[in-house]
Amino acid sequence: MRNLLPILTVLLAIVAIWYVAAIGMNSTWARDQAARAETRLSAGDLVIQTLTLERPVLPAPHQVAAGLWEGIAGQKITSKRSLVWHGWITLSATLTGFAIGSLAGILLAVGIVHDRAMDQSVMPWAVASQTVPILAIAPMVIVVFASAGITGLLPKAVIAAWLSFFPVLVGMVKGLRTPDRMQLDLMRSWSASRPQMFWRLRLPSSLPYLFASLKVGIAAALVGTIVGELPAGASAGLGARLLSGSYYGQTVQIWAALFAAAALAAGLVIAVGRIEAVTLRRMGLAR
Amino acid sequence: MIEANAVSLTFQTADGPVHALKDVDLSIGAGEFVSFIGPSGCGKTTFLRTIAALESPTGGALTVNGMSPDEARRARAYGYVFQAPGLYPWRTIAGNISLPLEIMGFGKADRAERVRRVLELVDLEGFGGKFPWQLSGGMQQRASIARALAFDADILLMDEPFGALDEIVRDRLNEALLELWRKTGKTIGFVTHSIPEAVYLSTRIVVMSPRPGRITRIIDSPLPAERPLDIRDTPEFIALAHEVREGLREGHGDDI
Repeated sequence: MRNLLPILTVLLAIVAIWYVAAIGMNSTWARDQAARAETRLSAGDLVIQTLTLERPVLPAPHQVAAGLWEGIAGQKITSKRSLVWHGWITLSATLTGFAIGSLAGILLAVGIVHDRAMDQSVMPWAVASQTVPILAIAPMVIVVFASAGITGLLPKAVIAAWLSFFPVLVGMVKGLRTPDRMQLDLMRSWSASRPQMFWRLRLPSSLPYLFASLKVGIAAALVGTIVGELPAGASAGLGARLLSGSYYGQTVQIWAALFAAAALAAGLVIAVGRIEAVTLRRMGLAR
Repeated sequence: MIEANAVSLTFQTADGPVHALKDVDLSIGAGEFVSFIGPSGCGKTTFLRTIAALESPTGGALTVNGMSPDEARRARAYGYVFQAPGLYPWRTIAGNISLPLEIMGFGKADRAERVRRVLELVDLEGFGGKFPWQLSGGMQQRASIARALAFDADILLMDEPFGALDEIVRDRLNEALLELWRKTGKTIGFVTHSIPEAVYLSTRIVVMSPRPGRITRIIDSPLPAERPLDIRDTPEFIALAHEVREGLREGHGDDI
């Protein structure tokens, strides 16, 4: 509980700065409106107006909170205006993509650690894949899949996998290589086979690294999914919500969707962290 | 038991060939306790590793139990103890000891019985369920010795097993190791850089020197099999230690 005070202080400071910024950024519009109506605004009126605009440049925290509440609790969850519904669309694609990406990352890492040719040939391509801007690749993936008649979850999951396999690959390669020469020599002295070395030494040694990169990977998968939703015709998902918000200048809607995405990402990372804690404790690696 | 005939091992490095071992002749009989001592780079660890088939000699002949080192390894002729315990942190002590047994395909009941037996042998009864980090360094090293004993190899190869421990713990473990050697009758190859340790433990001391790594002297110990710790203050012990020191100096020539 001792940590509560500093945390609350920082939170309050952020909210305060946000309010000041909202007043500052929205004041031009409020003044223009007043000038057009040929009225003069008092300072108090200006503050009230800047914080209650329907399409503010920067919505105030309470507006975003109201938008979030409206999106989550104010709708039936099957409604197309519900953030829960859009969140679920995004979440399902994220989890599918994360599963594909992690599996690909783990398998590639196993190959890289065991095969010199793969070590030298796969890694450069993996790095290259991450230097391609995802914003440029995403529409092409969507288009290619759509031309094959595949739309909806899978194309987005592929983009999510594209972003999430890389941290898993890097972490897993590092993890599988942690056993030092002595531990490998011990295994050799027992004439252990390569599969035995893998299952009993390399894989358990790599788990702490795997979990660290899974946390990065799942957050990246969410980003990938949202980016994949942007060119999808803006029909469903948090990305679509962001896009339609920007089409119609619904800044409150954009911010509400942003916060929903952030909360989703935090939830996913925490969930992976919980699995990590339980697994490592069961293995006796947590002290 | 172990026969080395003109064994040589040359590593090719970027700076040219390094003669880690040159013309090493040695014969170790069953039940002997042989220590290898010498400055770093003298090839004592390398020689132990060639016996274990962790390195391959580039010249000469080496047999272990009448087989090539590689065959001997597959026949589980030896258990190897490294300087660090190398216990898996995710396995309990019992799990760690049972690891080589699992790899070699021992049955479950047999494994449990063997684990129990070797834990008793190294005086760690009741610690089987603990994780390595819950044990002191000395206890961890004892567990790693138990692991090397678990599959009943006749030969125990130990590469500075107590080098990382403080002197008090080291003394106790030396005593315990002698006791264990007497009880089990294993053949032990023991690498160390401590003269008192080599003299206290061994039936034979092999003094080695570097560049190229070779044997300069082989000293038979006149000390009795029964060796309490205070034997180290006897004139015989001191004379033997002196002889080893002489051998080390001789091998070094003008180096020091």
